[in-house]
Amino acid sequence: MASDATIARNAPTVAPRAAPPTTLQKMARRRSTVAFLLTLPLLGVIGGLVAWPAAYAIYLSTLNRRMTAFIGLENYAILLDNDTFRMVIWQSCFFAITAVILKALIGFWLAHMLHHIPTKGQRIWRGMLLVPWVIPPALSTLGWWWMFEPSYSSINWLLSVFSVPPVPWLGEKWWARISVIIVNVWYGAPFFMIMYLAALKSVPDQLYEAADIDGATGWQRLRYVTLPMMRNIISITVLFSLIVTFANYDIVRVLTNGGPRDLTHVFASYAFQVGVLSGNIPRGAAVSLFMFPLLAVIAYFVLRGINQRTKEIGA
Amino acid sequence: MSATAAPRAAHGIFHKAGSLRAERRWALWSAYVSLIIAAIVMLAPPFYMLITALKTSAEIADLGGNPWIVRSPTLENFAAILGNEMFRGFFWNSIQVTVLVVIVTMLISVPAAFALSRMRFWGSQWLATGVFLTYLVPDTLLFIPLYQIVGGLGLLNSTWGLVLVYPTLTVPFCTWIMIGYFASIPKELDEAALIDGAGWLQMLWRIFIPVALPGIIAATIFAFTVSWAAFVYPTAFITRPDEMPLTIGVVSQLIRGDTFAWGQLMAGALLAALPPVVVYAFLMDYYVAGLTAGATKG
Repeated sequence: MASDATIARNAPTVAPRAAPPTTLQKMARRRSTVAFLLTLPLLGVIGGLVAWPAAYAIYLSTLNRRMTAFIGLENYAILLDNDTFRMVIWQSCFFAITAVILKALIGFWLAHMLHHIPTKGQRIWRGMLLVPWVIPPALSTLGWWWMFEPSYSSINWLLSVFSVPPVPWLGEKWWARISVIIVNVWYGAPFFMIMYLAALKSVPDQLYEAADIDGATGWQRLRYVTLPMMRNIISITVLFSLIVTFANYDIVRVLTNGGPRDLTHVFASYAFQVGVLSGNIPRGAAVSLFMFPLLAVIAYFVLRGINQRTKEIGA
Repeated sequence: MSATAAPRAAHGIFHKAGSLRAERRWALWSAYVSLIIAAIVMLAPPFYMLITALKTSAEIADLGGNPWIVRSPTLENFAAILGNEMFRGFFWNSIQVTVLVVIVTMLISVPAAFALSRMRFWGSQWLATGVFLTYLVPDTLLFIPLYQIVGGLGLLNSTWGLVLVYPTLTVPFCTWIMIGYFASIPKELDEAALIDGAGWLQMLWRIFIPVALPGIIAATIFAFTVSWAAFVYPTAFITRPDEMPLTIGVVSQLIRGDTFAWGQLMAGALLAALPPVVVYAFLMDYYVAGLTAGATKG
């Protein structure tokens, strides 16, 4: 950062001034002052709208229902005793892990296929395959909801063409869980595809040429060239998607609203039901804070991945 | 993924020219077949929404026959939904909130990204990491405390409350990708500006913003799509239909009673999804650049 130092020293002399600048003017032109003023609104958003609410949530979760008395960790204890909530923990993990694995596999496969076809045609295919990611999920889930509708289900009609009996998509607990996962995979797989495609394109061709000269088979090329080169992007994307999927709300809200019998609730939708709809704000805050430890662990690994990548690129 | 790898593995290094070409052709075929299947699956829901929106109520209710085709297409669902004053209100609220949020986001994140990428100061590294960490904090973790805070400010049931909280969704990511774009601008440009006697703000306005314009467009598109699609905050903060933006308005208000007006519902959902889709159709490259920038530029 040598240039910055010279900038700071030179700036006052470069600007033509008749009178020697006052202290205030000097302050205003100091680099740190300018930088502070430029980042002030950002600090306001991070501090006032993220950090402060997060701390406030912890405080809220230690209050009783009417928010009049401090009850320590009792909200957490009550939740952990509750069968419905234990089911919510299980369902959130099952939903997030299954959906992310499927999204990653499908995304990788599509990126690979897209990478294989001539460059000229890639644009149009990419354009079509990215459509699910572009439509606001709350609205596209409405379409899925209609496709799953018990008596008019168009998916069941397609299945009936192959003489498969109708599936109770949203009425039976396992099918409802699978439906939520299907919609989430449909929405999220294109994101993986686009990330992996960018990563595939950044692998230098020389590496493949070298592998070919060494007589590598297709599988070996994938295993020893492509995957190591993409490892970082794969882990960042998977971890990032794990956070987003784990915290998902809109798909569950529109598709099942937690039903049948609260069996498809995830943390976010259960927190909403307890906190906002039933009016027990402290316990709702406790529900959503259960996400925090897991998110913190994932965030740590994402950050490590990003730092490694910065070093590899050689910034 | 192993679909293309397998046939090559069988041959090892002893290729013959003919078999190599056959393999290539086979790989290409399998690629196209998978892409066609994927495209059908990916486009089926929006296609079916459109088909439903084009049907009359009688045709939707008719259980005989293929639901995937429309026999007597009609635009009456679109006309009905556009004539619905409440729906037009949702649209207007969405436009208002989105435009304000995009402006606020860019005004916050572009100067901040400039300071963080070019003006090293005490704590700037930590702040950059903090920006990324806040990007990882999901809205579903914050909506309950924010519900209390927004309620305390008297902004529940007001689009201003949404304008206040949406920056938590947009600012961290936009700042993050702008840091990447600004950092890629060569230092020589700064020096040239300094020799010409430019101050910091002039440097930002005259050099960094024009040079990083693709990044700014990508960030703007991101802020636009995120605020248009935001769902958790409006669901929590807005219960009065006349203040609702489109997402929650369509989902909560157009679904009424036991007999749904499916045609109108689908027409409404499609119209609501139209602005981001149009932006995407025209600015796909910027959109994709913005998507991938987060991980590849960091």
